[in-house]
Amino acid sequence: MRMDAPSEGVEEALEVVAGFDEALTHGFARLAGDQLRDLAGALASTPLGQRAAEAAEKIAAGSVAEEHLTVLAGGRAALLGAVHDALLSQLDTAMGRRRAEYVAGEGRSAAGAGCRSWLAELAITGWKGVDHDLVSASAQPIEALLADPGMRRLAVLLDGLAAELSASCPVATMERLPRRRWADLWTRALLLSQGGWPEPAVEEVSGTLLILGVDVQEHGTAVQVQVHGVLDERLVRTSVTVAKVDTIVGLAVWPLLSGYPKLVRALAEQRAVEVRDLPLLGGGDLVWHEDRVMLKDPVDPFVTARVALAGAVAPAVPPLERHPVRIAEPVLVEGDLSGYAFDRLTPSGPITEDVLKGASACVGLMRWDGGQWTLQPLAVQKGKKKPHNAELALSPKAAKAGEAVTVLKERAGRLLRK
Amino acid sequence: MNADRPAWEQASAERVVAPVQPRKLAKVPFVELADGRLQGVVSSGSDIERVYVSSITAGTLTINCSTNNNRPCGGLRGSACKHLHALRDEAVLQYGVDRVARYLRAEEGALLSGQPEAAPAAMVFSRFLRHLAYLELPESTVPIPEMHWFR
Ligand SMILES: [Zn+2]
Repeated sequence: MRMDAPSEGVEEALEVVAGFDEALTHGFARLAGDQLRDLAGALASTPLGQRAAEAAEKIAAGSVAEEHLTVLAGGRAALLGAVHDALLSQLDTAMGRRRAEYVAGEGRSAAGAGCRSWLAELAITGWKGVDHDLVSASAQPIEALLADPGMRRLAVLLDGLAAELSASCPVATMERLPRRRWADLWTRALLLSQGGWPEPAVEEVSGTLLILGVDVQEHGTAVQVQVHGVLDERLVRTSVTVAKVDTIVGLAVWPLLSGYPKLVRALAEQRAVEVRDLPLLGGGDLVWHEDRVMLKDPVDPFVTARVALAGAVAPAVPPLERHPVRIAEPVLVEGDLSGYAFDRLTPSGPITEDVLKGASACVGLMRWDGGQWTLQPLAVQKGKKKPHNAELALSPKAAKAGEAVTVLKERAGRLLRK
Repeated sequence: MNADRPAWEQASAERVVAPVQPRKLAKVPFVELADGRLQGVVSSGSDIERVYVSSITAGTLTINCSTNNNRPCGGLRGSACKHLHALRDEAVLQYGVDRVARYLRAEEGALLSGQPEAAPAAMVFSRFLRHLAYLELPESTVPIPEMHWFR
């Protein structure tokens, strides 16, 4: 698949974002006026333009209020949303992929106000001023958010950010800063904390889910397994997120999914799944229910990709999720794979750099980061072997690694209920 | 892409913290580099209900060991007890010796060379309980798109 240079405007938008990220690195208490005015300028012709200009002026004048920060975070997200749209449409064109229109539902997301003053403090201080005390101030709001199942997205995001800041303290001594990344996380957290975002529309679907593969996303205290598949000529994803601790890594994440035995078996044994009345969200997310699925015969993901991928309709991306990092488009590549930059190999599976050398086909996810398209392998073909990310999910090695979970749960049972 | 800025600084999904190495958790269920200390919780060899809280402070390398009820460890007399040795060994497995030595600002071979000094055991123990509480959180089948930033 040939990808041309990014469409016009992408570079310019990323330059403006980089300016904002620079301001956030040094803190809005310092002179950040020029960068913030640039951001407001880039939004001038949008509905946010006026308010962004006002927010930039207020902050330049030394008055940093939460509402100004929220407007600017919205502006940064809008720019990256436009970059996302340009990249995804470039990819859709190259793959000849059709994409559904987004339909919003009735519901609105809840607000998580408790963390906003911490996020404001981060912006005022800047990454370079972050120390242990500032990181510690996140513990209480994060704990409160974790206790509320409706706030899981925000809680998991903030917990990941706080752990990185903590490990990087004092940030001033770091040689290089992940400024794009931390600004991304800060921006999304501030926007999520506002609440009121339209929830996607929900429909109930039934049919045969053909699995392409699984993407394992993890940080110290959470792991999300996200399954990509085709259901009735539609591309869908289905996800399970489990909380964990940092010492549960690699193969040990599979036993954490013991509450989802059918899902794990479907993944490990590459089985098709008959689903009945599962909720399908507007963003293409199929909400898994163990009691509404039935396992069928194994189906080779390469066959699924060859037969069902080309004609499948991709889901729309919910407005708040529009960011280049969310691009994870299933693709089948065959023949010479040497032109692809592979990325995001999971330590929970058997696919390593070595395995990829000399592979002749790959079912993977097209991703984009740091100005580059990459391919995240879900399954590869090498000679007669076809290793895939969930291959070891039910292996004795995974069960052994999972003993760590048992040990800690036993400790938790003894100590937490005293 | 602006060539003046390193690509890493303009990437969204780079790993910032190296993942810790898996290790057996029965003897030392909890180890962390936090609050300016290498600190953790060590199981008692004899009493399954009892744990020790052990710590080494960065810079001064002062050491401490007590039970979770704040009784001083009988093995800590001028030099490190077996709990502190276990804490150090497991921390080296978990983080690698470089990261531990850098955090403690000490030579690799001198991590346990400091003198005993009182340190707050209750706080470490409550951090351990908070750590364990993650395993009690309910799973979720609602997608968390923010996890795309993590890998
Ligand atoms: Zn001791």
